[in-house]
Amino acid sequence: MSSESTPRPGHDVASAQSTDAAADAGRTALAGGIRPRRFGAWYVAEHRFRVMRSYLQTVIATGIGNPIIYLYAMGVGLATLVDQNLGDDAVDGVGYLAFVAPALLASAAITVASEEFTYPVMLGYKWNPIFFGMNASPLRPTQIVDGIVISVTIRMLVTCGIYFAFMLVFGAVPSPLGFLAIFAALLTGLGFGALLMGYASTLEEDTGQLAMVMRLVVLPMTLFSGTFFPLSQFPIWLQWIGWISPLWHGTELSRVFTYGYAEPIWLTVAHVLYLLALFVLGWAWARRVAVRRLNR
Amino acid sequence: MPAPVIVATDLVKRYGEFAAVDGISFEVAPGESFGLLGPNGAGKSTTMRMVGAVSTRTGGDLSILGLDPDRHGPEIRSQLGVVPQSDNLDTELRVRENLLVYGRYFGLPGKLVAQRADELLAFAQLEEKAAAKVESLSGGMKRRLTIARALINDPRLLLLDEPTTGLDPQARHILWDRLFRLKEQGTTLLLTTHYMDEAEQLCDRIVVVDEGSIMAEGTPAELIRRYSSREVLEVRFGSDRNAEAAERLAGLGDRTEVLPDRILIYSADGEAELERVIDAGLHPITSLVRRSSLEDVFLRLTGRSLIE
Repeated sequence: MSSESTPRPGHDVASAQSTDAAADAGRTALAGGIRPRRFGAWYVAEHRFRVMRSYLQTVIATGIGNPIIYLYAMGVGLATLVDQNLGDDAVDGVGYLAFVAPALLASAAITVASEEFTYPVMLGYKWNPIFFGMNASPLRPTQIVDGIVISVTIRMLVTCGIYFAFMLVFGAVPSPLGFLAIFAALLTGLGFGALLMGYASTLEEDTGQLAMVMRLVVLPMTLFSGTFFPLSQFPIWLQWIGWISPLWHGTELSRVFTYGYAEPIWLTVAHVLYLLALFVLGWAWARRVAVRRLNR
Repeated sequence: MPAPVIVATDLVKRYGEFAAVDGISFEVAPGESFGLLGPNGAGKSTTMRMVGAVSTRTGGDLSILGLDPDRHGPEIRSQLGVVPQSDNLDTELRVRENLLVYGRYFGLPGKLVAQRADELLAFAQLEEKAAAKVESLSGGMKRRLTIARALINDPRLLLLDEPTTGLDPQARHILWDRLFRLKEQGTTLLLTTHYMDEAEQLCDRIVVVDEGSIMAEGTPAELIRRYSSREVLEVRFGSDRNAEAAERLAGLGDRTEVLPDRILIYSADGEAELERVIDAGLHPITSLVRRSSLEDVFLRLTGRSLIE
């Protein structure tokens, strides 16, 4: 995982230097590297949280406001209409709210991912190159990436936790295993987000690529991921979009947990593996780019 | 002699075919203030990044505090303070927060960092700006904050890449004063600059770098003695007559240097040379006798001025 080998205390110092003062300096240095090597990624996460504080109001507003607005609009608005026409087992044998709520949860994770894994990453390399400052400290490029992943994971977990609490309040979670949907959503956000982070890391110039990704990938993804209606409503030649969409996999997975959506077990496993694979791929990509860009 | 803080031997950094640093060697002793002097693109910043353990060398040997940066990057960086050429302060955080958060990267406890942050804000004369946004600071203040940030871990070696480039004269003098204090306290300094006066003010020893190689090494006084005369006479005749006057002045002084806008005559006695110029029937528009500087050394060594 590390681009630099683990230190062997004393070795270099003893062989390279004869005087005590130099050995002393070397020993101090070796001691000084221990904590950053071990906890470096957490220090980066600490930094992210300090920055998030400056837009804490937005974080809270979206964290609490979004579930209320969406669940209310869907649960009281659209669901009433759908259920009136199709009955209490409108879609998949459940009411519309129960059907749509786990999908909204997964979308909420995607929203956090597309906020935190894009512009802050580009900012750190380019507009306000703090990653270079971090890299001049004992932190390593890979730890900078890891720290971002840690901080976003925590923010996403809190956001999804709050969302899920509102889902309970609205009575949108029939299954006792429903809470597992929080982790399904988290995996969705991280799988998609890590790819975004990898891509954002590679951008040397901003010519609107990220805005384009938001418009052409993130927003339409909701329409093709079985969020508001089952993917099977599409003709087969359009369904492939859903199959590659992390949001579709995350949504289906969430539904398995919140209302026991019936699908073959291999498909459930495939959702998890697919999202995990995207996460690992994107993460490794971002780490690779970080090493290349910061070590010039 | 105490063991050196930096030992660079035949250090090379190549980007594809291009050698940004082409086999340079130098040593820096503890407490010494060492300058890399050269024009833009000479390889100074690349050398700084290699010493700062953030750029892997292509060839040669490098030892910082007795450790190899290839294997002990984090360990070495834990003992360094780095002031990069362009400020990378965190504009999303306030002034004091920049110090707090940076101190944490070294694994220092929050309480210690907070205490040092206050001391360093005083040192950098930024106490009143503690809660200010970074964006609201002047260029000089940002530089001082960057230096304060570089000192948060009480470094053994401070790397300064063109610390005063882009600052107005007053801001430069404040900065020099701060750096001089650090030097007095025994901090080892490695700095790059293309300002002669800066090198003369701050450096005990200098290497002149051009196109990735070292041209000369010594104290500022030594270099001037070795590569220049005691005084320099500068005469201007206007750009039209410059070349013609230069021809007639050939042979004056120890040597002459013809620049597009003026002629430099190197000599132990500048006033005496000026008399000879006038005796030759030439009447310069302006004349100036001054002491030789590192600028002259550089001109002699490379045939080019430092700032082009």
